[in-house]
Amino acid sequence: MATTRILEGLGRLYIGLLLAFLYLPIIIMALMSFNVSPFYQLPFEWTTEWYASLWQNDQLIAATWNSLEIAILTTIISVVLGSAASLALFRYEFLGKKVLQALLFPPIAIPWLITGTAMLIFFFGVGIGRGLFAILLGHVALALPYVIVVVSARLQTFAPELEEAARSLGANQWQVTVRVTLPWIMPGVIAGGLFAFAVSFDQFVVSYFLSTPGQTTLPVEIYAAIRKGFTPEINAVSTIIIVVSMALMLLTARFFKFGGEK
Amino acid sequence: MAAQSATASRSGLRSALPLLAPAYIWLTVAIFLPLSAMVFFSFMTDLPLSGKPWAFTLGNYAAFFSQSLYLTLLLASLRLGLEVTLWCIVIGYPAAYVLAKVLKGRSREAIFLLVILPFWSNGLVRIFSWAMVLREGGILDTALNAVLPFKINIDLMYSYPAVIIGLVHSYVPYMVLTCYLTLQAIDDSLIEAGRSLGATRLQVLKRVIIPLSMPGLVAGAALIFVPVVGSFMEPRILGGRTGTFYGTVIEDQFVAVFNWPLGAALSFILLAVVLVILAIASPVLRRAA
Repeated sequence: MATTRILEGLGRLYIGLLLAFLYLPIIIMALMSFNVSPFYQLPFEWTTEWYASLWQNDQLIAATWNSLEIAILTTIISVVLGSAASLALFRYEFLGKKVLQALLFPPIAIPWLITGTAMLIFFFGVGIGRGLFAILLGHVALALPYVIVVVSARLQTFAPELEEAARSLGANQWQVTVRVTLPWIMPGVIAGGLFAFAVSFDQFVVSYFLSTPGQTTLPVEIYAAIRKGFTPEINAVSTIIIVVSMALMLLTARFFKFGGEK
Repeated sequence: MAAQSATASRSGLRSALPLLAPAYIWLTVAIFLPLSAMVFFSFMTDLPLSGKPWAFTLGNYAAFFSQSLYLTLLLASLRLGLEVTLWCIVIGYPAAYVLAKVLKGRSREAIFLLVILPFWSNGLVRIFSWAMVLREGGILDTALNAVLPFKINIDLMYSYPAVIIGLVHSYVPYMVLTCYLTLQAIDDSLIEAGRSLGATRLQVLKRVIIPLSMPGLVAGAALIFVPVVGSFMEPRILGGRTGTFYGTVIEDQFVAVFNWPLGAALSFILLAVVLVILAIASPVLRRAA
């Protein structure tokens, strides 16, 4: 029994070390955004000037707006299209259904480097070119499989008899969907939407290949800045991004259990 | 309509099509057609749109096989993928075990969430944060020199270990997640049975726990190995000049050298490698599902 307790204690300690490994760099990066020295020198002196200078950086602000617009549009489009597709895959049996479900995995599994360069070649070839519209096209395609997988998982817990009951009480197909099915799968739809937002807002690789100097997103702009040299301004904008996306995922976790236990 | 009983029996495809078409048309236009176009372009001498004359060629693939540089870099990327995956197993599996079998209730839920949370934050920003820690005069350097009595210079920045550390940090939550899911599904009574029949802890681990959690290990390994082989941003930022890998060469073809057909061929070769790896992993994964 004593060994068990020692082993459990070691296990807890180990998890603590892992969490330190995961979070310390991020915390240090965030602290440096509040440090006076532009060369990250210690001792630490508090300032918010780097956040103030972000405010003056028009290029970065424009890229932030682009990122937000694209993320919001991606969320709306992929949630609507993805939920519709999940409903169809849940309700109906037809030939080739397995193939359609299997087709959702290549976009998730293939490295973004390959997807991104392929999109660049194709969009250029057919005349869509690069820019914000191309980025939106790409982001929705990347987010759709996630939305469909998440909403479908929620649909697995739905009892089709509820739709039967509503129909036998005289509801038409539209009423059944809006009044019965949709409220039930709503947690899945919201979680799918938050996933879609995160996929788009944090997306770097695909945006990188599809952006042009004027039409770019925040991560692409940050990458360009990092390659020019490190400045506390990058720390400031990075801190804002990381706080936003972590808050978003905490919100997602409220609607969707990752652990699969419930 | 209402007379028919089972929803499943209703005339399938015709009812499903209006709901399915928008999503799948979008996926076709933005994913499947581009991937096909990439294969097509990889056999061309130049882009047909640029106005310049073009012709079909095998030259882009010949370049890969005739110049040892590309093959060397592909092997370097595969090695990088392997090393990162192994480190993720070594670090992530014990953590998944503690989460699944030692911690309980609310603390387990909270810590699980904490482990996978960074994974959903911006990867670029997390790689950048390691630059703060690893560079000379960075936090690691300063902290070690404050503790140690003698002066040492830690400058891991722009080195192979820096790339490994950054990538492991980025991908280890994947391994914890997939292993946790399979470990959690193992019935505790199986472990107790093994112990009461006289097996040592190590024997139980080797004969019961690891075999039963194999699908999680394989899933995690595939999910980590594939993107790491195609990584270019992490080696660029943390590796500097030592950070030239297969992915960075593909990036160069598209953003610096502008040899798109060669880039397409290199991408397609990477895709083929990735598909072979996923095909090898899939029997184990299917058994899990």
